[in-house]
Amino acid sequence: MSTESKNAKQDSSYIPSGPGAAAILAAGIGSFSVAVLTVVADKSVLVKNQLAIYKPTGALSGVTTAAIVVWLAAWAILEWRWQKKNVSLRSINIVAFALLGLSLLLTFPPLGELF
Amino acid sequence: MEITTRSLWTLIHGMGFGALYLLAGSGAIAFLYQRFSAYVAAAASPGRDRLLGTYLAVMAALAWLTVLTGTYIIYPWYRATPPKGTTSLGAYPRSLLLSNPATSQWHLIGMEWKEHVAWLVPIAITTAAVVVIRYGRDLKYHPQLRVALYGFIVLSLFASGVAGFFGAMLDKSAPVEGGQTIQLVQGEKQ
Repeated sequence: MSTESKNAKQDSSYIPSGPGAAAILAAGIGSFSVAVLTVVADKSVLVKNQLAIYKPTGALSGVTTAAIVVWLAAWAILEWRWQKKNVSLRSINIVAFALLGLSLLLTFPPLGELF
Repeated sequence: MEITTRSLWTLIHGMGFGALYLLAGSGAIAFLYQRFSAYVAAAASPGRDRLLGTYLAVMAALAWLTVLTGTYIIYPWYRATPPKGTTSLGAYPRSLLLSNPATSQWHLIGMEWKEHVAWLVPIAITTAAVVVIRYGRDLKYHPQLRVALYGFIVLSLFASGVAGFFGAMLDKSAPVEGGQTIQLVQGEKQ
């Protein structure tokens, strides 16, 4: 057991890793939603029109609003599941940053258009 | 000396909120490094942890203001469709860029990337701010959370840098202009 873990157990106000993991993974999911919706809206005229919830801004309004809803919903669900748990932050970081990296790549038009 | 309302909003969005965010980003990395070194040295200070949380919360507010003004105030002016028969496209930046093969990629790559990648910034920095505010000095027990915080700030800086770069280049090629004219200073006739 590491010194940090021993000290943590002695601290009565210790917050487990679950809530932090929930926030990190939800950010990855929310960012990936921006990328996926961008690619899908670019491929389908029907989806693009459906996502134009504020006409002057076009599909961007729906893409970003839907992604924010997905992000906050994922955060709420994961927080509810992991609130009092210790989870493997290392694995969560790897998954979340893989999603964030993919989001950066997929929003880049020459790469997004490959799909 | 005068400015149009659309130019003023572009300034508020880019030179105001966006540039302030970029400036604050390098400060955030230095601040995190300073706080996390203090944890290792067992010299944590609750006051400084609160200050770090507030700093990141202000950055999150700047990020949200930047994307919201960009998406809902400036972007509609940028992408407005010119009426049929319009010969001067100066008031329609998107159409102006697309009308010339030498400038069309500024829209097709620059604007298309900027408008989406910018939205990763508020997601990343809001997450970082909430984690710091919630955990406070408990961050000293979670080294992987500290790694993630660095990651979120670096990613948000990269994404805001991309958005800022293309914003500046687009504004050079096809500025968003128009609206009412605001006179800032009345000059004298030379």
